Amino acid sequence: MMHGMLSILSLLVENRPGVLFKVTHMFRSRNFNITSISVGETSDSNFSRMTITTNGNEKQVNQIAKQLDKMIDVIKVEKLDEHSTIYRELILFKIKISSSEDNRKINDLARAYNGTIHAVRKNSIIVEMTATPEQINAFENLVKPFGILQTARTGMAALLRGNDV
Amino acid sequence: METMSGSAALMRSMEKDGVKQVFGLPGGANLPMYDELFKSNIRHILVRHEQSAAHMADGFGRVSRKPGVCFATSGPGATNILTGLATAQADSAPMVAVTGQVPVKMIGRDAFQESDIIGMSNPVVKYAFQPRKPEEMPLAVQRGFYIAETGRPGPVLIDVPKDVQENKAPMEFPEEFQMRGYHPWMDPDVTGIERAINMLLSSTKPIILAGGGTIISSAFAELQAIAEMLGIPVVTTFKGKGAFPETHPLSMGPIGMHGHAEANKIMIEADCVLAIGTRFSDRSVGTVEDFEKQLKIIHIDVDPAEIGKNQTASVAIVGDVRASLRIMLSLLGKKAKHEDTVWRKHAAEVKSYWRDNLKIHSGEMSAARILRKLREVLPKESIVTTEVGQHQMWASLFFDVIQPGTFFSSTGLGTMGWGFPAAIGAKVAKPDVPVVDIAGDGSFNMTENSLATSVLEDIPVIVFLVNNFTLGMVAQWQRTFYDRRMIGVDQKHCPDYVDLAKSYGAHGTRVQSLDELGSAIKEALSSNVTTVIDIPIDPEEDVLPFVAPGTPLKDMILPS
Repeated sequence: MMHGMLSILSLLVENRPGVLFKVTHMFRSRNFNITSISVGETSDSNFSRMTITTNGNEKQVNQIAKQLDKMIDVIKVEKLDEHSTIYRELILFKIKISSSEDNRKINDLARAYNGTIHAVRKNSIIVEMTATPEQINAFENLVKPFGILQTARTGMAALLRGNDV
Repeated sequence: METMSGSAALMRSMEKDGVKQVFGLPGGANLPMYDELFKSNIRHILVRHEQSAAHMADGFGRVSRKPGVCFATSGPGATNILTGLATAQADSAPMVAVTGQVPVKMIGRDAFQESDIIGMSNPVVKYAFQPRKPEEMPLAVQRGFYIAETGRPGPVLIDVPKDVQENKAPMEFPEEFQMRGYHPWMDPDVTGIERAINMLLSSTKPIILAGGGTIISSAFAELQAIAEMLGIPVVTTFKGKGAFPETHPLSMGPIGMHGHAEANKIMIEADCVLAIGTRFSDRSVGTVEDFEKQLKIIHIDVDPAEIGKNQTASVAIVGDVRASLRIMLSLLGKKAKHEDTVWRKHAAEVKSYWRDNLKIHSGEMSAARILRKLREVLPKESIVTTEVGQHQMWASLFFDVIQPGTFFSSTGLGTMGWGFPAAIGAKVAKPDVPVVDIAGDGSFNMTENSLATSVLEDIPVIVFLVNNFTLGMVAQWQRTFYDRRMIGVDQKHCPDYVDLAKSYGAHGTRVQSLDELGSAIKEALSSNVTTVIDIPIDPEEDVLPFVAPGTPLKDMILPS
């Protein structure tokens, strides 16, 4: 699995107040951990899709999936295999710049990683990146020496390839 | 479509679902629904504390297999039922709790008697509804009852803001509805059942472990048929106590922390277990690793999430217990051959040895003797509930359930104060059979004010009060594990239970001998009046055998 023991779960849930609370509470009460979560309405406004990454061994992740599947507001649970899944995170990096040379280097790196430059100021720059967690981590390591002032990172969004609905 | 208030729709929906009575206590935020209750044909049974209302509904639900209903007002009324919801959830009992709530526009403003009962109850209910418009009521109620009683049963909460109770709207009462994310029934996997049969037939030391799910699905006849067909000894969990007649030659009794010596002994010798409707509670199987290591597990459960949660199964069958056992029986028809095996003879010898040689307290009024006396006098179809504590475990050890499905206890949450109100609920469900609450003084103390309900509502039950003037189980642990540093367990200044009973209009009697006890039980049975039989016993009497927490079944402590 990616990130060592990380697993990705994709949930189709009722788009209703309180469902996120119930799902996250199940993790807490059953002594499991959420490492990232993203939620958004689907094209059908009756449903939302939650993408949850969690860590644990196979037995634990199977148990998590079963407990989620048991929830009445959860329509469908899928354990996603990274090889047949498109998965992305969005991250904003605010990076310190001390010179125009820094600015140029960060622009080059951002371009190489398909990032977008925003809010260029005298002493900082914001880079937006939508990529796999591995690519984001790699980019982060490269810009760390410049000084990362702030980051804002979403949870993962993921979908299986193919025609499944 | 008929126009009516949310409260009227609530009553109409409940009547459609066959509700005949609710247990409850009115307050400011549920007065509109009480006003509609006044106009309806549904009986109201007034409690003295909302927790008891929930336990009564629970007791009713466990006996009738239909959701018992309790009413509470908002805020403290609602929070008072949380323990009852958690108890029902832990033991998979069908229940619907209807709470009042402050008006919609006041929610979230810390209004008087407002509590976020939806948020608070989330971990202890199967589902919770909060209709925000009156027209949402019928569907919420219909879905609520459906969820509570189907699949693995459980408690459902319907929290109704006061304006939703009051306001009128055109109401639709659909006969059918869809719930996309709820699939309570799964057909048992026949291939899995075939594998299970082969595993059972090829094992030399098989055992059946029947849990509470066996009782919930009323799979008594099927369980007995399989056990007899294959000649396999049967142990139960404590919640499964009475899933199999405990007077049957193949019955070994409950296993676990306070299981029977013979049951624990034979369990740890087995090589294959057919586990039916059980979650493998730590109280039942001791340390998980030791249990799993020693034997092959065939696990049948209606709840897929129970498979592999506490124990890894070699064969897992997801489905209703009764349906699964019926398929097993039909497949076994050609293969089964009952033999008086070496294993079966051994099990019978182990049982006989421990039944004859287990030391019990020497006094005439020992727990063992008083509970055997109760069994001797009580008709076999009687329903028994228990409180929580030593008396509960003595009941496990010394009160044999003859007719399956007649014994109920708070086994999952271990809720003190459950037994007496649950007995009242049970009596409402089955008014024609005697109902007895086997109680301890500490536990009975917690809900003894339900005597008022029992007497005034004419719901007679017998309280068999095993009185050791102490929080007995805690005292036993302090004696055993804390070097007799006794603190917080002395109950000597409890009320005089005979006078207490009388002050509520019930009968009260104190007995000092087995003969007096026998007469008192017979009198209570014939009087049809709520009776508290106060039975003083030695405060130092321990419950033994005992498997200490965090240890395997093989480390059972026996009486010396």
